Amino acid sequence: MKKLTLATIWLDGCSGCHMSFVDVDERILQVAEKYDIIFSPLVDVKEFPEKVDVTLLEGAISTDEDVEMVKKIRKSTKTLIAFGDCAVTSNVPSMRNHYDLKDVFKRGYLETSTDNDVIPDEMLPKLLDKAYPVHHFVDVDVFLQGCPPSADTIFYALVEIAEGRTPELSKRARFG
Amino acid sequence: MSSSVNIITLTIDEKQVGARENQTILEVARENGVEIPTMCELKGLTPSGGCRMCVVEVAGIPKLLPACMTTVSEGMVVTTNSERLKKLRKNILELFFSERNHICAVCASNGFCELQLMAQKVEMSHVHYPYLYPHCEVDASHNRFVLDHNRCILCTRCVRVCDEIEGSHTLDIKGRGIEAQVITDMDQPWGDSETCTLCGKCVHVCPTGALIERGMAVGEMSKRKQLLPYLTQMREVKT
Ligand code: SF4
Ligand code: SF4
Repeated sequence: MKKLTLATIWLDGCSGCHMSFVDVDERILQVAEKYDIIFSPLVDVKEFPEKVDVTLLEGAISTDEDVEMVKKIRKSTKTLIAFGDCAVTSNVPSMRNHYDLKDVFKRGYLETSTDNDVIPDEMLPKLLDKAYPVHHFVDVDVFLQGCPPSADTIFYALVEIAEGRTPELSKRARFG
Repeated sequence: MSSSVNIITLTIDEKQVGARENQTILEVARENGVEIPTMCELKGLTPSGGCRMCVVEVAGIPKLLPACMTTVSEGMVVTTNSERLKKLRKNILELFFSERNHICAVCASNGFCELQLMAQKVEMSHVHYPYLYPHCEVDASHNRFVLDHNRCILCTRCVRVCDEIEGSHTLDIKGRGIEAQVITDMDQPWGDSETCTLCGKCVHVCPTGALIERGMAVGEMSKRKQLLPYLTQMREVKT
């Protein structure tokens, strides 16, 4: 059977879902039998590939750069997995959503810092008014809930997709 | 129960069942092993028909009926689990999630929450409605309990248990529709309440992390379901 290609990426997430992915431990060898990991924080490639079979997308969409990225990912990806609660619901990053952006910056850069009195406005991606779930911007093929999803569930989902089946996640994954 | 109650027959999901004429569709379904999902219903409290999770189809009636509020009748043909109902229930649940801020990962009820479990049960993979992200207060003025409006689904179980079982009626609802909110006394901080008896029944009937004991951290707040048979018993004594 021809190997599939796999990309993994995190946007507004904490990398916890990726840690959980690494927790598949020695089963990573089985993953490697089914997939070539062509883009990921785990491999040293800078540009997101033009074409990829499966993408694990961790994190909410929170900046103008995230929006561009998620559109690019969607265009390149056959099966897009919203990977973890931040991607599926916007989760913890959304805790800022009911505050004014102004106040978020004030809190982040001024009130909680003793030796800084500027809010940076250059060279950084622009924060959106809110943190959004991935499906707010693009179609998602598989929703993999969990904060983080367990290593078993991630492994299961990847194997099912590699075998051409739709993973049955309702019994294996839940929010939180 | 008086002995003059008539026994009738009806059909639930193609199964012929017998029932007393004053029973609800929900009660009869449960007695016959047919599970209908519910959120606001709680045995021992007066049904309120608020959450709409238990809607069913009844042949000959174009609109859907809440099983918890509809009494059975002779020859009734009830469907509890059609594709249409499954889809509607999922949508109702999505509305619960989109209306407040349910961040399970940092919730005291994570792992014990009826809303979270229901999402899994009805296979709600994500919320396709836009989230509202409302600004909600957390009332931590009480020295034993906390009311977090971010997690409230307005099921009114707390209001009903406080009124019907404890007899305090400290809790109630203000506002309408999406503005509705649980309040204590005359919309004062809970800690200032003169009517709250500190019994904690509200906390333990609350299906979510909206009502918790003070000091509970993420994933610590399991509710004591042992309270429930007691509620039913109290109810029977009263009526
Ligand atoms: S109340 Fe339930 S659904 Fe809401 S955040 Fe807490 S665990 Fe999640
Ligand atoms: S606080 Fe809990 S029990 Fe009361 S209405 Fe809200 S969700 Fe229901």
